[in-house]
Amino acid sequence: MSMLRVENMTHFFGGLRAVHNYNLEIRPGEVHGLIGPNGAGKTTIFNLITGIYDPTEGDVFLEDHKINGRTPHVIAAMGIGRTFQNMLLWRHMTVLEHVKMARYSKLSYGLIGAFFGTPRRNREEAESEEKAFTLLRMFGVDQFADQWVPNLPYGAQRRVEMARAMAMEPKVLFLDEPTAGMNPEELVQMMDIIRQVKEKFKPAIFLIEHRMKVVMELCESIQTLVFGEVIAEGTPDEIQNNPKVIDAYLGKEIVE
Amino acid sequence: MEETSEKLSPPSIWSKLNIRTWVSKVPLLAWLIGALIAVGLEMAIGTPLARGLGLPKAPVLFGFIIMLKKPLLIPGAALYLLLIYVLPIGLIARFGAAALNRLAATLVEFSTVFSILIHLALLYLALHLWSGMSDYRILVVKLTLIAVMVTLSLNVINGYMGEFSCSHPGFMALGAYATSVFTVSLFVNDKLFGAAVLPSVIGPFFFPIALFLGGVVASIGAMVVAIPSFRTRGDYLAIISLAFLFIVKSLIENLEVIGGPRGLGSQPDWANLPTVFLITVICIWVINNFVRSTVGKALNAVRDNEMAADAMTVNTRRTKFVAFLFAAFWAGVAGGLFAHVLRYVNPSTFGIQKLAEVLAMVYFGGLNSVYGAIVGATSISLLGEALRPLEIFKWIIIPLLLILVMIFRPTGLIAFKEFDARQLVQPKKLK
Repeated sequence: MSMLRVENMTHFFGGLRAVHNYNLEIRPGEVHGLIGPNGAGKTTIFNLITGIYDPTEGDVFLEDHKINGRTPHVIAAMGIGRTFQNMLLWRHMTVLEHVKMARYSKLSYGLIGAFFGTPRRNREEAESEEKAFTLLRMFGVDQFADQWVPNLPYGAQRRVEMARAMAMEPKVLFLDEPTAGMNPEELVQMMDIIRQVKEKFKPAIFLIEHRMKVVMELCESIQTLVFGEVIAEGTPDEIQNNPKVIDAYLGKEIVE
Repeated sequence: MEETSEKLSPPSIWSKLNIRTWVSKVPLLAWLIGALIAVGLEMAIGTPLARGLGLPKAPVLFGFIIMLKKPLLIPGAALYLLLIYVLPIGLIARFGAAALNRLAATLVEFSTVFSILIHLALLYLALHLWSGMSDYRILVVKLTLIAVMVTLSLNVINGYMGEFSCSHPGFMALGAYATSVFTVSLFVNDKLFGAAVLPSVIGPFFFPIALFLGGVVASIGAMVVAIPSFRTRGDYLAIISLAFLFIVKSLIENLEVIGGPRGLGSQPDWANLPTVFLITVICIWVINNFVRSTVGKALNAVRDNEMAADAMTVNTRRTKFVAFLFAAFWAGVAGGLFAHVLRYVNPSTFGIQKLAEVLAMVYFGGLNSVYGAIVGATSISLLGEALRPLEIFKWIIIPLLLILVMIFRPTGLIAFKEFDARQLVQPKKLK
């Protein structure tokens, strides 16, 4: 059984074909990488699967349930957690509030609980806070729990975003360039965290990344996307030696 | 360390820092008891003292009106203010702090809820006795409490959810009219609606129902703004909400059944001080509960980044819908109270002027903060009353003040601060 399956997905922005006939299969616990030059459509694919855009053609299945056509928050609650390329954090919320917010769909106290502070709400909020703290400790950001996120160092902000995504208890975790803009030290930390997440929670991971070091070390299978089309698919070794991929990244060698 | 420096250089007592550390040791209980004693003092010797100081009568609103009308009486009024209010409260706060801290600690130890209730009772008692001395004060206190409700409910939309809503006076109008129609038609012999249907003796028991109804009608009206908010944000939604305000106003102006532009009067006199106080407290409690829950914090998530909120399982549509309807509900309840305090409403009350007033209260006090709403509403209402003798200059001074606040604190006086009643009643640490 596949965890996440995409069948023949095509998407147009007006007359522009952003994604063409895209297929994907991720097994439970697998780390799948998506690489490709800027503008290839990688983030568009993320947005299509997570419901921000509705694919023009094709279907998306999460554990064999069709999910395309649903709203993003429903898809997220079904088990797709994600981080964003440019870290969409909430400016005026504390680190703890970030992580608790991702457990929104797990709360069942409803409006009555919110308005009147019922015992059930207090219990659920306390439980949620405890789980949030466990995650914060795991990602090494618990000392910032009461701080607003913009006050945190860059690497810590990235870790908060990861913690927030994990608080949803996702079955598939989408990471959109998790190491973008990091220095070598932060990069190593982030890779450790991804490995830790993989070991502890065993989600399937779908990873967009530009740094080959990260992709080659973490991923079990890789797709290369160019102009919305997959030009190569396989294990890291196969991809590294695939002439098409080398062409796409480095350009063709002119042979006399 | 601090204490030694104090001893070495006595003048530093007057430095800002020391006053601040001194004030920070005074529990809320001490301020309330100080206020109560000040009010008692005024009741006992207010009038003779005022005469003795050469004032025509005891100053009604902290002497501001006398000071502005007759500058020659400024020393007398200031002395009155000092003797009646500042001195007793200051003395209690200074010398009672230690004992009252212990008392506050005992109360909290017994039960925090009980302690909160005691504080509320003290606050009410002080307000009741203070306002009992003149009808004008009662009116000012009631209108201030209503302003707190309106400001707080507008803060839910403009502060917590970050949309600029201009429709709040419209929600108030809906609530005011719905409540008034209910009470006037059922319990009052009136020209518009004919004889009373039910005996007016049982009327006050129906007043909460009438207010609830007013809130519900306002909520239904709010759907007109809430549904477009799914698709538009920012300036466009502000224009939609402004349009809503005009729709409500001209609708009421053209409905002769409920009085049209002449307004609707002869509301029964049920909105007495305890009722207004109680409903304001409930309003603050419920709104504060809401904005501190994760369900309520979803408003902040939607404000700061809607796409991220959606990706983190937050149902953004439901969140926006609830926020608008909830805020409108309380604005409607406040409108209902407003109509019954003045015992007359007309559509022109709920126009741009009112909108400007409420917005000023929200932004002056501070966004995303219950404290801010309380402070903003209270200070702008009281300033509005206190500066009344200046007539037209009032509307130069208050906006200037607003501009100054915006320069030094762009998000308002007390923005982004959580209000926690349990924290508030705690004894202050003694060093």
